[in-house]
Amino acid sequence: MPDPQSIGPRRTPLAAVHVDLGATMTDFAGWLMPLRYGSETAEHKAVRSAAGLFDLSHMGELLVTGDGAPAALDYALVGQASAIQPGRARYTMICATDGGVIDDLIAYRLAASEYLIVANASNTSIVAGELAERVRGRGAAVTDRTADYALIAIQGPRAAGILARLTGADLDQVRYYSSHPATVAGLGALLARTGYTGEDGFEIFVSPQDAVKVWQALTEAGTGDGLVPAGLAARDSLRLEAGMPLYGNELGREVTPFDVGLGRVVKLGKPGDFVGRAALAERARAEPTRELVGLVGHTRRVPRHGYPVLWDGESRGTVTSGVPSPTLGRPIAMAFLAPKVAAEARSADGASQGRLAVDVRGSAEPASLVPLPFYKRPTGH
Amino acid sequence: MSVPEELHYTAEHEWIAISDATARVGITDYAQRALGDVVYVTSPAQGTRVTAGEPCGEVESTKSVSDIYSPADGEVTEVNPEIDEDPGLVNSDPYGAGWLFKIKLDAGDQLPPGLLSAAEYATLTAEEQ
Repeated sequence: MPDPQSIGPRRTPLAAVHVDLGATMTDFAGWLMPLRYGSETAEHKAVRSAAGLFDLSHMGELLVTGDGAPAALDYALVGQASAIQPGRARYTMICATDGGVIDDLIAYRLAASEYLIVANASNTSIVAGELAERVRGRGAAVTDRTADYALIAIQGPRAAGILARLTGADLDQVRYYSSHPATVAGLGALLARTGYTGEDGFEIFVSPQDAVKVWQALTEAGTGDGLVPAGLAARDSLRLEAGMPLYGNELGREVTPFDVGLGRVVKLGKPGDFVGRAALAERARAEPTRELVGLVGHTRRVPRHGYPVLWDGESRGTVTSGVPSPTLGRPIAMAFLAPKVAAEARSADGASQGRLAVDVRGSAEPASLVPLPFYKRPTGH
Repeated sequence: MSVPEELHYTAEHEWIAISDATARVGITDYAQRALGDVVYVTSPAQGTRVTAGEPCGEVESTKSVSDIYSPADGEVTEVNPEIDEDPGLVNSDPYGAGWLFKIKLDAGDQLPPGLLSAAEYATLTAEEQ
Protein backbone atom coordinates (compact mmCIF):
# COMPACT_ATOMS: atom_id res chain seq x y z
CA MET A 1 0.00 0.00 0.00
CA PRO A 2 1.40 3.39 -0.89
CA ASP A 3 1.38 6.08 1.76
CA PRO A 4 -1.90 7.94 1.10
CA GLN A 5 -0.14 11.28 1.58
CA SER A 6 2.21 10.49 -1.26
CA ILE A 7 -0.68 10.34 -3.73
CA GLY A 8 -1.81 13.95 -3.57
CA PRO A 9 -1.10 17.15 -1.71
CA ARG A 10 -1.48 17.20 2.08
CA ARG A 11 -4.76 18.53 3.38
CA THR A 12 -5.03 20.89 6.32
CA PRO A 13 -7.68 20.20 8.99
CA LEU A 14 -9.72 22.96 7.29
CA ALA A 15 -9.63 21.60 3.73
CA ALA A 16 -13.27 20.45 3.79
CA VAL A 17 -14.36 23.85 5.12
CA HIS A 18 -12.67 25.60 2.20
CA VAL A 19 -14.30 23.31 -0.33
CA ASP A 20 -17.71 23.93 1.31
CA LEU A 21 -17.06 27.66 0.98
CA GLY A 22 -16.54 27.20 -2.76
CA ALA A 23 -12.82 27.94 -2.68
CA THR A 24 -10.60 27.48 -5.69
CA MET A 25 -8.02 25.10 -4.28
CA THR A 26 -4.42 24.92 -5.38
CA ASP A 27 -1.39 22.76 -4.68
CA PHE A 28 0.97 25.05 -2.79
CA ALA A 29 4.27 23.62 -1.52
CA GLY A 30 2.70 20.17 -1.41
CA TRP A 31 -0.44 21.29 0.40
CA LEU A 32 -3.96 21.66 -0.95
CA MET A 33 -4.72 25.30 -0.07
CA PRO A 34 -7.45 27.84 -0.84
CA LEU A 35 -6.25 30.24 -3.55
CA ARG A 36 -9.40 32.36 -3.36
CA TYR A 37 -13.00 31.92 -2.26
CA GLY A 38 -14.54 34.44 -4.65
CA SER A 39 -12.80 37.60 -5.79
CA GLU A 40 -9.26 37.85 -4.43
CA THR A 41 -9.43 41.62 -4.88
CA ALA A 42 -12.49 41.77 -2.61
CA GLU A 43 -10.70 39.55 -0.07
CA HIS A 44 -7.69 41.85 -0.16
CA LYS A 45 -9.83 44.94 0.38
CA ALA A 46 -11.75 43.29 3.23
CA VAL A 47 -8.46 42.70 5.07
CA ARG A 48 -7.49 46.35 4.60
CA SER A 49 -10.87 47.72 5.70
CA ALA A 50 -12.30 45.08 8.06
CA ALA A 51 -10.80 41.63 8.57
CA GLY A 52 -9.84 38.42 6.79
CA LEU A 53 -9.52 34.84 7.97
CA PHE A 54 -6.66 32.71 6.65
CA ASP A 55 -5.78 29.04 6.94
CA LEU A 56 -2.00 28.89 7.36
CA SER A 57 -1.84 25.32 8.57
CA HIS A 58 0.66 24.51 5.85
CA MET A 59 3.30 26.57 7.64
CA GLY A 60 5.91 24.50 9.45
CA GLU A 61 6.11 24.42 13.24
CA LEU A 62 9.41 23.28 14.70
CA LEU A 63 9.85 23.03 18.45
CA VAL A 64 13.34 23.55 19.82
CA THR A 65 13.70 22.58 23.46
CA GLY A 66 16.41 22.03 26.05
CA ASP A 67 18.59 24.05 28.39
CA GLY A 68 20.97 24.67 25.55
CA ALA A 69 18.26 25.88 23.13
CA PRO A 70 18.98 29.65 23.43
CA ALA A 71 22.70 29.29 22.74
CA ALA A 72 22.15 26.57 20.14
CA LEU A 73 19.73 28.80 18.20
CA ASP A 74 22.17 31.71 18.48
CA TYR A 75 24.56 29.45 16.58
CA ALA A 76 21.97 28.10 14.12
CA LEU A 77 20.20 31.36 13.16
CA VAL A 78 21.43 34.81 12.16
CA GLY A 79 19.41 36.48 14.93
CA GLN A 80 20.02 36.41 18.67
CA ALA A 81 17.45 33.94 19.97
CA SER A 82 18.86 34.12 23.48
CA ALA A 83 17.93 37.82 23.64
CA ILE A 84 14.23 37.17 22.95
CA GLN A 85 12.23 37.44 26.16
CA PRO A 86 9.90 34.51 26.91
CA GLY A 87 6.54 35.40 25.39
CA ARG A 88 8.11 37.50 22.66
CA ALA A 89 8.93 36.70 19.03
CA ARG A 90 11.38 37.84 16.35
CA TYR A 91 11.53 37.72 12.61
CA THR A 92 14.78 35.94 11.73
CA MET A 93 16.52 33.84 9.10
CA ILE A 94 18.54 30.68 8.81
CA CYS A 95 21.45 31.08 6.41
CA ALA A 96 23.95 28.74 4.81
CA THR A 97 27.71 29.01 5.43
CA ASP A 98 27.98 31.24 2.36
CA GLY A 99 25.36 33.63 3.75
CA GLY A 100 22.56 32.52 1.40
CA VAL A 101 19.08 32.44 2.92
CA ILE A 102 17.75 28.93 3.62
CA ASP A 103 14.51 30.32 4.99
CA ASP A 104 12.98 33.27 6.78
CA LEU A 105 11.37 32.37 10.08
CA ILE A 106 9.49 33.66 13.07
CA ALA A 107 11.02 32.49 16.33
CA TYR A 108 8.60 32.55 19.27
CA ARG A 109 10.24 32.06 22.63
CA LEU A 110 7.54 30.21 24.55
CA ALA A 111 9.60 29.63 27.72
CA ALA A 112 13.20 29.91 28.89
CA SER A 113 14.18 26.69 27.14
CA GLU A 114 11.43 26.33 24.53
CA TYR A 115 11.14 27.98 21.10
CA LEU A 116 8.55 27.59 18.40
CA ILE A 117 10.11 28.20 14.99
CA VAL A 118 7.65 28.85 12.16
CA ALA A 119 9.05 28.06 8.71
CA ASN A 120 7.69 28.31 5.18
CA ALA A 121 5.84 25.19 4.06
CA SER A 122 8.21 24.63 1.14
CA ASN A 123 11.24 24.71 3.44
CA THR A 124 10.02 23.04 6.62
CA SER A 125 11.78 19.72 6.20
CA ILE A 126 15.01 21.41 5.07
CA VAL A 127 14.95 23.77 8.04
CA ALA A 128 14.14 20.91 10.42
CA GLY A 129 17.12 18.96 9.12
CA GLU A 130 19.49 21.94 9.24
CA LEU A 131 18.41 22.90 12.74
CA ALA A 132 18.76 19.35 14.05
CA GLU A 133 22.29 19.18 12.67
CA ARG A 134 23.27 22.60 13.98
CA VAL A 135 21.99 22.10 17.54
CA ARG A 136 23.51 18.61 17.90
CA GLY A 137 25.75 18.40 20.96
CA ARG A 138 24.52 21.78 22.21
CA GLY A 139 21.89 20.62 24.70
CA ALA A 140 18.84 21.16 22.48
CA ALA A 141 16.50 19.00 20.44
CA VAL A 142 14.37 19.80 17.37
CA THR A 143 11.01 18.20 16.65
CA ASP A 144 8.83 18.85 13.60
CA ARG A 145 5.38 19.52 15.08
CA THR A 146 3.71 20.72 11.87
CA ALA A 147 1.11 17.96 12.00
CA ASP A 148 0.23 18.88 15.60
CA TYR A 149 -0.79 22.45 14.83
CA ALA A 150 -3.44 24.13 12.78
CA LEU A 151 -2.67 27.81 12.20
CA ILE A 152 -5.47 30.32 11.63
CA ALA A 153 -4.75 34.00 11.06
CA ILE A 154 -7.23 36.82 11.56
CA GLN A 155 -5.89 40.02 10.06
CA GLY A 156 -7.24 43.50 9.61
CA PRO A 157 -8.25 46.59 11.59
CA ARG A 158 -11.21 44.74 13.12
CA ALA A 159 -9.31 41.54 13.95
CA ALA A 160 -8.68 42.40 17.60
CA GLY A 161 -12.28 43.44 18.18
CA ILE A 162 -13.60 40.21 16.70
CA LEU A 163 -11.14 37.99 18.54
CA ALA A 164 -11.86 39.76 21.85
CA ARG A 165 -15.40 38.33 21.79
CA LEU A 166 -14.06 34.78 21.85
CA THR A 167 -11.21 34.94 24.33
CA GLY A 168 -10.66 35.88 27.95
CA ALA A 169 -7.18 37.07 27.09
CA ASP A 170 -6.55 40.79 27.41
CA LEU A 171 -5.49 41.45 23.84
CA ASP A 172 -3.96 44.80 24.77
CA GLN A 173 -1.36 42.75 26.64
CA VAL A 174 -0.59 40.68 23.55
CA ARG A 175 1.76 43.17 21.93
CA TYR A 176 3.05 43.11 18.37
CA TYR A 177 5.46 40.18 17.97
CA SER A 178 4.48 38.51 21.20
CA SER A 179 2.56 35.33 21.98
CA HIS A 180 0.24 34.34 24.76
CA PRO A 181 -1.37 31.01 25.73
CA ALA A 182 -5.12 31.54 25.86
CA THR A 183 -8.46 30.04 24.92
CA VAL A 184 -10.44 30.89 21.80
CA ALA A 185 -14.07 29.80 21.85
CA GLY A 186 -13.19 27.76 24.96
CA LEU A 187 -10.43 25.84 23.17
CA GLY A 188 -6.75 25.98 24.02
CA ALA A 189 -4.71 28.17 21.70
CA LEU A 190 -1.51 30.12 21.40
CA LEU A 191 -2.29 33.68 20.33
CA ALA A 192 0.47 35.50 18.50
CA ARG A 193 0.23 39.09 17.35
CA THR A 194 2.02 38.51 14.07
CA GLY A 195 1.04 38.47 10.42
CA TYR A 196 1.98 38.86 6.80
CA THR A 197 -0.51 41.44 5.58
CA GLY A 198 0.65 44.83 6.87
CA GLU A 199 -2.39 44.97 9.13
CA ASP A 200 -2.86 44.42 12.84
CA GLY A 201 -3.89 40.87 13.54
CA PHE A 202 -3.29 37.55 15.17
CA GLU A 203 -2.00 34.14 14.26
CA ILE A 204 -3.73 31.47 16.30
CA PHE A 205 -2.08 28.09 16.84
CA VAL A 206 -4.61 25.41 17.77
CA SER A 207 -4.84 21.66 17.89
CA PRO A 208 -5.88 20.19 14.50
CA GLN A 209 -9.06 18.70 15.98
CA ASP A 210 -10.14 22.16 17.17
CA ALA A 211 -9.38 23.97 13.91
CA VAL A 212 -12.86 23.77 12.39
CA LYS A 213 -14.54 24.93 15.62
CA VAL A 214 -12.17 27.89 15.99
CA TRP A 215 -12.57 28.83 12.30
CA GLN A 216 -16.36 28.70 12.58
CA ALA A 217 -16.43 30.62 15.87
CA LEU A 218 -14.31 33.38 14.33
CA THR A 219 -16.49 33.41 11.21
CA GLU A 220 -19.66 33.80 13.29
CA ALA A 221 -18.12 36.42 15.55
CA GLY A 222 -16.80 38.45 12.64
CA THR A 223 -19.33 38.25 9.84
CA GLY A 224 -21.21 41.32 11.07
CA ASP A 225 -17.91 43.20 11.03
CA GLY A 226 -17.16 42.31 7.42
CA LEU A 227 -14.80 39.40 8.15
CA VAL A 228 -14.33 37.20 5.08
CA PRO A 229 -12.23 34.09 4.42
CA ALA A 230 -9.18 35.04 2.38
CA GLY A 231 -6.98 32.83 0.25
CA LEU A 232 -3.35 32.68 -0.78
CA ALA A 233 -3.88 35.08 -3.70
CA ALA A 234 -4.96 37.86 -1.33
CA ARG A 235 -2.20 36.92 1.10
CA ASP A 236 0.36 37.46 -1.67
CA SER A 237 -0.96 40.86 -2.78
CA LEU A 238 -1.28 41.99 0.87
CA ARG A 239 2.30 41.06 1.76
CA LEU A 240 3.61 42.64 -1.43
CA GLU A 241 1.85 45.96 -0.70
CA ALA A 242 3.36 45.76 2.79
CA GLY A 243 6.83 45.28 1.25
CA MET A 244 7.37 41.89 2.88
CA PRO A 245 9.67 39.42 1.13
CA LEU A 246 8.53 36.00 -0.02
CA TYR A 247 10.84 33.01 -0.04
CA GLY A 248 11.37 31.88 -3.62
CA ASN A 249 10.80 35.41 -4.94
CA GLU A 250 12.82 37.97 -2.96
CA LEU A 251 14.59 35.39 -0.79
CA GLY A 252 16.58 32.31 -1.74
CA ARG A 253 19.91 30.55 -1.51
CA GLU A 254 21.50 33.05 -3.90
CA VAL A 255 20.40 36.00 -1.78
CA THR A 256 21.80 37.27 1.53
CA PRO A 257 19.69 39.21 4.05
CA PHE A 258 21.69 42.32 3.10
CA ASP A 259 20.59 42.05 -0.55
CA VAL A 260 16.96 42.55 0.43
CA GLY A 261 17.54 45.39 2.88
CA LEU A 262 17.20 43.11 5.90
CA GLY A 263 20.80 43.23 7.13
CA ARG A 264 19.40 44.29 10.50
CA VAL A 265 18.23 40.71 11.19
CA VAL A 266 21.88 39.57 11.11
CA LYS A 267 23.26 40.11 14.62
CA LEU A 268 26.97 40.31 13.88
CA GLY A 269 27.50 41.69 17.39
CA LYS A 270 26.13 38.66 19.21
CA PRO A 271 28.60 36.54 21.18
CA GLY A 272 29.95 33.33 19.69
CA ASP A 273 30.07 32.01 16.18
CA PHE A 274 27.03 31.32 14.04
CA VAL A 275 26.53 29.60 10.73
CA GLY A 276 27.21 32.11 7.96
CA ARG A 277 28.95 34.67 10.19
CA ALA A 278 32.15 35.05 8.16
CA ALA A 279 30.38 35.37 4.82
CA LEU A 280 27.75 37.75 6.19
CA ALA A 281 30.35 39.94 7.93
CA GLU A 282 32.17 40.19 4.60
CA ARG A 283 28.91 40.96 2.81
CA ALA A 284 28.09 43.68 5.36
CA ARG A 285 31.38 45.44 4.56
CA ALA A 286 31.29 45.01 0.79
CA GLU A 287 29.74 47.33 -1.75
CA PRO A 288 26.27 45.99 -2.53
CA THR A 289 25.90 44.44 -5.96
CA ARG A 290 22.12 44.79 -6.04
CA GLU A 291 19.36 46.47 -4.16
CA LEU A 292 15.75 45.47 -3.58
CA VAL A 293 13.52 48.34 -4.68
CA GLY A 294 9.85 49.14 -5.09
CA LEU A 295 8.40 49.94 -8.51
CA VAL A 296 5.05 51.41 -9.47
CA GLY A 297 3.96 50.81 -13.06
CA HIS A 298 2.51 53.65 -15.11
CA THR A 299 0.40 51.43 -17.34
CA ARG A 300 -1.94 48.61 -16.48
CA ARG A 301 0.38 45.86 -17.66
CA VAL A 302 1.76 44.10 -14.62
CA PRO A 303 5.46 43.42 -14.02
CA ARG A 304 5.81 39.75 -13.05
CA HIS A 305 8.47 37.62 -11.40
CA GLY A 306 11.51 37.34 -13.67
CA TYR A 307 10.78 40.27 -16.00
CA PRO A 308 13.81 42.48 -16.77
CA VAL A 309 13.95 46.02 -15.37
CA LEU A 310 15.22 48.44 -17.98
CA TRP A 311 17.21 51.63 -17.56
CA ASP A 312 17.71 53.52 -20.80
CA GLY A 313 16.53 50.40 -22.56
CA GLU A 314 19.20 48.17 -20.99
CA SER A 315 18.41 45.36 -18.60
CA ARG A 316 19.77 46.40 -15.19
CA GLY A 317 17.64 44.37 -12.85
CA THR A 318 14.91 41.77 -12.41
CA VAL A 319 11.41 41.82 -10.99
CA THR A 320 11.03 39.48 -8.02
CA SER A 321 7.26 39.91 -7.42
CA GLY A 322 4.55 41.96 -9.06
CA VAL A 323 0.82 42.36 -8.74
CA PRO A 324 -1.92 44.83 -9.62
CA SER A 325 -2.22 46.62 -6.27
CA PRO A 326 -5.84 46.78 -5.13
CA THR A 327 -5.01 49.61 -2.72
CA LEU A 328 -3.01 51.78 -5.14
CA GLY A 329 -5.01 50.85 -8.23
CA ARG A 330 -1.77 50.41 -10.18
CA PRO A 331 0.72 47.62 -10.74
CA ILE A 332 3.41 47.36 -8.07
CA ALA A 333 6.54 45.25 -8.00
CA MET A 334 9.64 44.53 -6.03
CA ALA A 335 12.81 44.15 -8.06
CA PHE A 336 16.55 43.73 -7.73
CA LEU A 337 18.26 46.66 -9.35
CA ALA A 338 21.90 47.65 -9.81
CA PRO A 339 22.63 50.08 -6.92
CA LYS A 340 23.97 52.75 -9.27
CA VAL A 341 20.77 52.66 -11.28
CA ALA A 342 18.64 52.72 -8.15
CA ALA A 343 20.47 55.81 -6.92
CA GLU A 344 20.07 57.56 -10.27
CA ALA A 345 16.40 56.63 -10.56
CA ARG A 346 15.84 57.97 -7.05
CA SER A 347 17.54 61.31 -7.66
CA ALA A 348 16.01 61.95 -11.07
CA ASP A 349 12.41 61.16 -11.80
CA GLY A 350 13.35 58.32 -14.07
CA ALA A 351 9.88 57.69 -15.38
CA SER A 352 9.20 61.23 -16.50
CA GLN A 353 12.35 60.97 -18.55
CA GLY A 354 11.23 57.57 -19.76
CA ARG A 355 14.39 55.94 -18.48
CA LEU A 356 13.03 53.37 -16.02
CA ALA A 357 10.76 50.66 -17.38
CA VAL A 358 9.89 47.02 -17.06
CA ASP A 359 10.11 44.70 -20.04
CA VAL A 360 6.61 43.23 -20.01
CA ARG A 361 6.72 40.50 -22.63
CA GLY A 362 8.66 42.58 -25.09
CA SER A 363 7.09 45.94 -24.40
CA ALA A 364 8.88 48.55 -22.24
CA GLU A 365 6.27 49.69 -19.73
CA PRO A 366 7.35 52.84 -17.85
CA ALA A 367 7.69 52.63 -14.09
CA SER A 368 8.79 54.77 -11.12
CA LEU A 369 10.99 53.81 -8.25
CA VAL A 370 9.24 54.31 -4.90
CA PRO A 371 10.22 53.67 -1.28
CA LEU A 372 9.08 50.40 0.30
CA PRO A 373 6.57 49.53 1.63
CA PHE A 374 3.87 50.50 -0.85
CA TYR A 375 1.31 50.47 1.94
CA LYS A 376 1.49 51.36 5.62
CA ARG A 377 -1.55 50.94 7.78
CA PRO A 378 -2.96 54.11 9.26
CA THR A 379 -1.67 54.56 12.81
CA GLY A 380 -3.50 55.97 15.78
CA HIS A 381 -5.49 52.98 16.93
CA MET B 1 -19.71 26.16 -13.96
CA SER B 2 -21.68 27.46 -16.88
CA VAL B 3 -21.29 26.11 -20.46
CA PRO B 4 -24.13 27.54 -22.58
CA GLU B 5 -25.51 25.03 -25.08
CA GLU B 6 -25.79 27.43 -28.02
CA LEU B 7 -22.10 28.45 -28.07
CA HIS B 8 -19.02 26.80 -29.56
CA TYR B 9 -15.70 26.51 -27.75
CA THR B 10 -11.97 26.05 -28.15
CA ALA B 11 -9.70 23.80 -26.11
CA GLU B 12 -7.95 27.04 -25.03
CA HIS B 13 -11.13 28.20 -23.29
CA GLU B 14 -12.55 30.76 -25.71
CA TRP B 15 -16.20 30.76 -26.68
CA ILE B 16 -17.67 31.90 -29.98
CA ALA B 17 -21.26 32.90 -30.68
CA ILE B 18 -21.97 32.67 -34.41
CA SER B 19 -24.78 34.59 -36.01
CA ASP B 20 -24.77 34.78 -39.82
CA ALA B 21 -21.22 35.53 -40.89
CA THR B 22 -20.13 37.39 -37.76
CA ALA B 23 -19.25 36.05 -34.36
CA ARG B 24 -18.72 37.33 -30.84
CA VAL B 25 -15.73 35.96 -28.93
CA GLY B 26 -14.97 35.78 -25.23
CA ILE B 27 -13.38 33.56 -22.62
CA THR B 28 -15.33 30.90 -20.78
CA ASP B 29 -16.62 30.79 -17.24
CA TYR B 30 -14.07 28.04 -16.55
CA ALA B 31 -11.28 30.30 -17.83
CA GLN B 32 -12.31 33.33 -15.79
CA ARG B 33 -12.52 31.21 -12.66
CA ALA B 34 -9.08 29.76 -13.27
CA LEU B 35 -7.60 33.20 -13.97
CA GLY B 36 -9.07 35.06 -11.03
CA ASP B 37 -9.88 38.76 -11.11
CA VAL B 38 -9.24 40.10 -14.61
CA VAL B 39 -7.48 43.48 -14.50
CA TYR B 40 -6.62 44.13 -18.12
CA VAL B 41 -7.48 42.79 -21.55
CA THR B 42 -5.60 43.37 -24.79
CA SER B 43 -7.95 42.53 -27.65
CA PRO B 44 -6.94 42.57 -31.31
CA ALA B 45 -7.64 45.97 -32.82
CA GLN B 46 -10.52 46.56 -35.20
CA GLY B 47 -9.50 45.59 -38.73
CA THR B 48 -6.93 43.01 -37.58
CA ARG B 49 -6.81 39.66 -39.36
CA VAL B 50 -7.03 36.78 -36.89
CA THR B 51 -6.22 33.13 -37.52
CA ALA B 52 -7.79 30.15 -35.82
CA GLY B 53 -5.54 28.75 -33.10
CA GLU B 54 -3.17 31.74 -33.15
CA PRO B 55 -2.75 34.12 -30.18
CA CYS B 56 -4.45 37.44 -30.85
CA GLY B 57 -4.57 39.11 -27.43
CA GLU B 58 -4.00 38.75 -23.71
CA VAL B 59 -6.08 38.51 -20.57
CA GLU B 60 -4.22 39.71 -17.50
CA SER B 61 -5.46 38.75 -14.05
CA THR B 62 -4.11 39.41 -10.59
CA LYS B 63 -1.96 36.29 -10.73
CA SER B 64 -1.17 35.61 -14.36
CA VAL B 65 -1.36 36.47 -18.03
CA SER B 66 -2.98 34.25 -20.65
CA ASP B 67 -3.05 34.48 -24.41
CA ILE B 68 -6.36 34.74 -26.21
CA TYR B 69 -6.47 32.34 -29.15
CA SER B 70 -8.72 33.17 -32.03
CA PRO B 71 -11.42 30.51 -32.44
CA ALA B 72 -11.71 31.14 -36.17
CA ASP B 73 -10.22 32.85 -39.22
CA GLY B 74 -11.57 36.31 -39.97
CA GLU B 75 -11.31 40.03 -39.47
CA VAL B 76 -11.99 41.92 -36.25
CA THR B 77 -14.94 44.26 -36.76
CA GLU B 78 -15.53 45.51 -33.23
CA VAL B 79 -13.91 45.45 -29.79
CA ASN B 80 -16.08 45.58 -26.67
CA PRO B 81 -15.57 49.18 -25.52
CA GLU B 82 -16.73 48.45 -21.95
CA ILE B 83 -13.90 46.03 -21.14
CA ASP B 84 -11.17 48.64 -21.01
CA GLU B 85 -13.05 50.59 -18.34
CA ASP B 86 -14.35 47.55 -16.46
CA PRO B 87 -12.33 44.38 -17.12
CA GLY B 88 -14.19 42.74 -14.21
CA LEU B 89 -17.09 42.17 -16.67
CA VAL B 90 -15.08 39.18 -17.91
CA ASN B 91 -15.49 37.67 -14.44
CA SER B 92 -19.02 38.77 -13.66
CA ASP B 93 -20.62 38.02 -17.05
CA PRO B 94 -18.18 36.05 -19.25
CA TYR B 95 -20.80 35.08 -21.89
CA GLY B 96 -22.68 38.38 -21.87
CA ALA B 97 -21.35 41.86 -21.11
CA GLY B 98 -17.86 40.36 -20.84
CA TRP B 99 -17.54 39.55 -24.55
CA LEU B 100 -14.21 40.70 -25.99
CA PHE B 101 -14.45 41.26 -29.74
CA LYS B 102 -16.40 40.45 -32.91
CA ILE B 103 -15.04 38.90 -36.08
CA LYS B 104 -16.32 38.66 -39.63
CA LEU B 105 -15.83 34.99 -40.39
CA ASP B 106 -13.94 33.81 -43.47
CA ALA B 107 -16.13 30.73 -43.38
CA GLY B 108 -19.17 32.94 -44.02
CA ASP B 109 -22.28 31.33 -42.61
CA GLN B 110 -20.57 27.92 -42.43
CA LEU B 111 -19.42 26.65 -39.01
CA PRO B 112 -15.66 27.28 -38.79
CA PRO B 113 -13.68 24.03 -38.43
CA GLY B 114 -12.13 22.67 -35.24
CA LEU B 115 -14.58 24.02 -32.68
CA LEU B 116 -15.96 22.07 -29.74
CA SER B 117 -19.62 21.69 -28.85
CA ALA B 118 -20.83 22.59 -25.36
CA ALA B 119 -20.86 18.91 -24.41
CA GLU B 120 -17.34 18.36 -25.71
CA TYR B 121 -16.07 21.43 -23.89
CA ALA B 122 -17.77 20.40 -20.64
CA THR B 123 -16.04 17.02 -20.89
CA LEU B 124 -12.69 18.68 -21.53
CA THR B 125 -12.91 20.97 -18.51
CA ALA B 126 -14.14 18.14 -16.29
CA GLU B 127 -10.94 16.29 -17.20
CA GLU B 128 -8.79 19.32 -16.46
CA GLN B 129 -10.26 19.81 -13.00
